[in-house]
Amino acid sequence: MATIASTEANETSGRARSRGLRSPLRAISYLQATPLLLILGFFFILPILTILVVSFWDYDFAGLYPDFLTMNYTDTLGSRVTWKTYLNTLKFTAMTWALTLVIGFWVAYFLAFHIRTTTMQMVLFLVCTVPFLTSNIIRMISWIPVLGRNGLVNSTLTELGIIPQPIEWLLYSDFAVVLALVHLNTLFMVTPIFNTLMRIDRALIEAARDCGASGWQVLWNVVLPLAKPGMAIGSIFVVTLVMADFSTVQVMSGGQSASVALMMKNQMSLLQYPAAAANAVVLLIVVLLMVAAILRVVDIRKEL
Amino acid sequence: MSKAAEIDIASVSKVYGTTTAVHAISLKISAGSYCCFLGPSGCGKTSTLRMIAGHESISSGDIRLGNVVVTDFPPAKRGTAMMFQSYALFPHLDLIDNVAFSLKMKGVEKEERRAKALEMLTLMQMEAYAARCPAQLSGGQQQRVALARALITDPEALLLDEPLSALDPFLKIRMRAELKKLQKTLGITFVHVTHSQEEAMALADLIVIMNDGRIEQAAAPRTVFEKPATAFVARFMGDHNVLSGRVTSIDGGIATLTVPEGQTFSVRDIAQEIGKPVDIGIRTDRVRLEPASERSLGFQGVVANVEYRGASVKITVVGAGSDDFTAVVSDADYFRKPVSTGDALSLSWALEDVIPLGRLSA
Repeated sequence: MATIASTEANETSGRARSRGLRSPLRAISYLQATPLLLILGFFFILPILTILVVSFWDYDFAGLYPDFLTMNYTDTLGSRVTWKTYLNTLKFTAMTWALTLVIGFWVAYFLAFHIRTTTMQMVLFLVCTVPFLTSNIIRMISWIPVLGRNGLVNSTLTELGIIPQPIEWLLYSDFAVVLALVHLNTLFMVTPIFNTLMRIDRALIEAARDCGASGWQVLWNVVLPLAKPGMAIGSIFVVTLVMADFSTVQVMSGGQSASVALMMKNQMSLLQYPAAAANAVVLLIVVLLMVAAILRVVDIRKEL
Repeated sequence: MSKAAEIDIASVSKVYGTTTAVHAISLKISAGSYCCFLGPSGCGKTSTLRMIAGHESISSGDIRLGNVVVTDFPPAKRGTAMMFQSYALFPHLDLIDNVAFSLKMKGVEKEERRAKALEMLTLMQMEAYAARCPAQLSGGQQQRVALARALITDPEALLLDEPLSALDPFLKIRMRAELKKLQKTLGITFVHVTHSQEEAMALADLIVIMNDGRIEQAAAPRTVFEKPATAFVARFMGDHNVLSGRVTSIDGGIATLTVPEGQTFSVRDIAQEIGKPVDIGIRTDRVRLEPASERSLGFQGVVANVEYRGASVKITVVGAGSDDFTAVVSDADYFRKPVSTGDALSLSWALEDVIPLGRLSA
């Protein structure tokens, strides 16, 4: 807070000075950008630089030693476990992305095109956000009594005589992980897609119909191409969130599955900060590459 | 290119919930004519057009195109094509794909449909821009592309929803001329919705004036201007003064109406009985600035406003129950004997210039 207040003071005095001395406009623009620069500098650039620096340090069970070693990277990238973990995380990401994209698009499509009144649209949209009134952890944990060995699903199915004994893979499995990830992240897909769909001029749909397009043809040739920017933004949200997830994977797999972030968390609990930092840098690069790939496929500038 | 179709609208209504947008209108638009639907916003003209196009369901009545009743047909099966107010070009497709869209929907091969689209763009003199996206075009260019897209389906009738409203005044007049020329060359029926009487007068073979979901008058532009059917038409077409009163006497085909303020005015050929309300219209350019030869063919009022327009001068007078009775006189006549605001002024007109205005029976 102190930083912000002082920069504001700087800014006002700068403006006052500019009036008096007619200092060039450029200087004023830089001054106006200063508060944001300071905030980003302290809370974004500085931490990343710290991680980058620490990733080259040496360590043992007792402490960290400033150094310039590539050991942390060679260890990370040279280990089969890292590759397997990355593969596993990418698998979760791909599955979650595909499912949230499909579900998110249909929910957004229904909201945007099948609900007639704006009031009802807003009400239903708020209903979608209701689960977000509780924390991620609670929403995740509430799956346990539903999916557990003696949970709601299993007991219902056995009592109805549909299955002879409880299904084991409902909880503490990849299925449970993906289910929870989809549940937690679908809204991040719904929101941007809904936003783009609402901006589609309804006359375009009529024009397509006038040209003889059937319902599916309208969807495929007009709605889907125009929804791409929203889908890209939603994909960025979901991919970055899932790539960095550790709690969902840990809880829902019962510790049987690993993710990159979980690996980092374990390294940190063993005080191997430089190793975790190297891992974080690698993860950051991978995620940035994925985002770049998404942006290459879809031009989202229209949405911003 | 294609043979034009006659459009026959038979007591068509449109009801939205509890409000009726179109009240059982009937109209015949002859094949190959240019028809303009004219009226203020909310008069039902766009609803009518959209019902012809098939984008709006018809609550009751039937629409026939050529020899086919199309009431329950989807838009693309009717043989009509619509051009939307905002043109509704697909922003993600280049001009060729925009124009070729309906061919793609029909499953025409890519090469064939692109060749045909380019041909259509060439007809509209837009072939140089074929690879551009709609956002890179000006309003007039977008309109040409929209026309190309509508015409590639070889329609029997082209429906245009306020096609010129998004253009600046200069371009409006140019595109208006292009539309008229296109209609003449193609020879198909054009139905054009507008709220500009000037546009309708310039383009139409048949002007349909609508108000409150009903047709006030459907006639050729000259008839509409010279013999407006109702007070609404006279007011909406402009350049007409409307006086309202009650018939007080009828003598040898000449009726006398008395306005609430007491003045009396003569009118011929009126089909009303004594005591009934009646409106008369007098064209603003037929009003003379001189005392009337007969008391009932003029009045004396007070000048409220004088507007100089170059070749003519518009004088607004308060009197005879009207607070904007307008006389348009030539500049020479005006400057021979100028008047200014607040002056008393005698106005008069000839008996044959008094137009009896009817009322809708509904």
